Amino acid sequence: MSAAAPLSLLDKLWLSHLVRELPGGTALLAIDRVMLHERTGSVALRGLAASGRPVLDPRRAFCTMDHVVDTRPGRGDATLMPGGEAFISATRAATREAGIRLFDVDDPDQGIVHVISPELGIVLPGLTLVCPDSHTCTQGAFGALAWGIGSTEAEHALATGTLRMRRPRSVRVTLTGAVGAGVTAKDLALTLITRYGADGGSGAVLEFCGPAVTAMDMAQRMTLCNMATEFAAVSALIAPDERTLDWLQGRRYAPVGETWERAVNAWRQLASDPEARFDAEWSLDATEVAPMVTWGTSPEQAVAVHAAVPLEPRPGRPTESYRRALHYMGLQPGQPLAGLPLDAAFIGSCTNSRLEDLRSAASVLRGRRIAPGLRAICVPGSTRVRREAEAEGLHEVFLAAGFEWREAGCSMCFFAGGEHFGTRERVISSTNRNFESRQGPATRTHLASPETVAASAVAGCITDPRPLLN
Amino acid sequence: MQAFTQLTAVAAPLFRANVDTDIIIPSREIRGVGKQGLAEGLFAGWRYREIGGREPDPDFVLNRPEFRETKILLTGENFGCGSSREHAVWALAEYGIRAIIAPSFAPIFENNCVRNGVLPARLPSAAIESLIAGLEAGRTGRELTVDLEACEVRGADGCIHAFSIDKEARQMLLVGADAIDLTLRHRDEIEAFLDRDRQLRPWVYLQGERDERP
Ligand code: SF4
Repeated sequence: MSAAAPLSLLDKLWLSHLVRELPGGTALLAIDRVMLHERTGSVALRGLAASGRPVLDPRRAFCTMDHVVDTRPGRGDATLMPGGEAFISATRAATREAGIRLFDVDDPDQGIVHVISPELGIVLPGLTLVCPDSHTCTQGAFGALAWGIGSTEAEHALATGTLRMRRPRSVRVTLTGAVGAGVTAKDLALTLITRYGADGGSGAVLEFCGPAVTAMDMAQRMTLCNMATEFAAVSALIAPDERTLDWLQGRRYAPVGETWERAVNAWRQLASDPEARFDAEWSLDATEVAPMVTWGTSPEQAVAVHAAVPLEPRPGRPTESYRRALHYMGLQPGQPLAGLPLDAAFIGSCTNSRLEDLRSAASVLRGRRIAPGLRAICVPGSTRVRREAEAEGLHEVFLAAGFEWREAGCSMCFFAGGEHFGTRERVISSTNRNFESRQGPATRTHLASPETVAASAVAGCITDPRPLLN
Repeated sequence: MQAFTQLTAVAAPLFRANVDTDIIIPSREIRGVGKQGLAEGLFAGWRYREIGGREPDPDFVLNRPEFRETKILLTGENFGCGSSREHAVWALAEYGIRAIIAPSFAPIFENNCVRNGVLPARLPSAAIESLIAGLEAGRTGRELTVDLEACEVRGADGCIHAFSIDKEARQMLLVGADAIDLTLRHRDEIEAFLDRDRQLRPWVYLQGERDERP
């Protein structure tokens, strides 16, 4: 056997967690961190308790309140979602019972699970991390193998410290060039999904690399990786670099002192070897990418903000899906997106609610007001983001522009029977899913970057943000 | 977990791409911290005339009288994409769906199926379309046979299509195995791995309260 067989980053992560191969081509993989939230984590912890199995190592599991919790200022346990309090109290009881650290409703570290995990240094390069939540791939931005699972698999990970898993395919996604002003990681992600399809990454781990990725700050890298699940990918990865290490140093659960030095030495090896082999290669010239907006009910149905609704379905897709999407969205083939009147705008979610996202949106909103009659809401991704934004005065920019300024949480990224914008209302949103009724009953969601959402809120209709950037 | 070997039952066509888990069970229909009481919310946005209502939309396939006893779904690419909510599979299973036939599945959903005794069978689009054409014509009834031992879907008209499924998934479904029990048989190896790994990567192993530095 050759000692120096070139390995991809995925190979390295896989091999360092391999407990044993199992018959049938599956492997038993060690899991370093389990993250939970009150929506699906509570079910997993209850299931585990009912089976009488203990959590193997509760110190490596964490839980937050993000999905159901209210985000209106001055919140308590009461939720607008019917029955929401039951999730909150069940989670509190189950985490206490299991000895798992909970970031409760009023905790200064509370927030959306994929926002707080990096903030607290819970995710680190080279780790495996799972969560019963599909956007766990966000955390691959740190060079960790992080992916979403179901509740039953979460029980498995908690009880055994492992998961049974087939090795994913590997896809290298090279982003060349440099993005233009007003173009973001969100626009790159929507461009890629539109090009390769909502199932284009099925069963794969996407490794993002190239100059356009290296140039991104950690917030942009997280946004890019966040959308990997919208390709049906298992997860995404970005090799850690100096920027990653700087960002993580000093975070609460990151190592310190000599252990930090040792860890850093190990993390510097976490890159694909030059000759590493991938199952597929994708590439995109970032220079060509424009601000994007979705027109349909799948993230693969997106176009440049100055373009029009496509005249026909995506090749190979059932015509019924295309027709249904147009009908649901109230649009016609060939209709331009720019100028489409909006009822509401939403800035938030694990895709785009970090401090950098709020700064970008605020730079568009500063000195401007949202269009009359439009409802606009900004929900920071974590209580820490909210604090830091307020320290910079960003909340004043949002409030002066006519936005609501909220407590941290998932909020109207999804509709659970509580708060929503209104039936059939048209919303521009910095979130990740434009599915039917995702944000409210028959709500028509157009996904875009925070800049595009902010600019469109000002214009009262879908608009290109670039002329509003100073 | 309920084992799956072979099933002959009514199959319904729902040939749409990217059917997401918000469609399969809208979040608003998940009202309790549990795995039950979800069947009524299955496909609620398509199955009922109004959001939140319960008046059936007669055009939706599962509401058509000939598909009332459906246990098998024939559907499009990337079925089960979106949210990881296992409630999607719990709702399907509680409704009575035991097998889903699609060209591809979203990975989390596919795993969730296997953990709950629901068979995710992969068949090329063209084969699904031909099965659907047969069912819609209804000449030989609305039933199909899904045989996991042979990895075949058989129509009443004699057509046979070989489907694909992950090897371990097939094995677990055939015996109705509990994955945690299977894994705990390797407890010694897991312990040995952890002992080694604590030396190699000490930063992974947190100390609880002691890590709570500001
Ligand atoms: S912000 Fe939205 S997508 Fe992200 S974890 Fe919350 S509900 Fe899911």
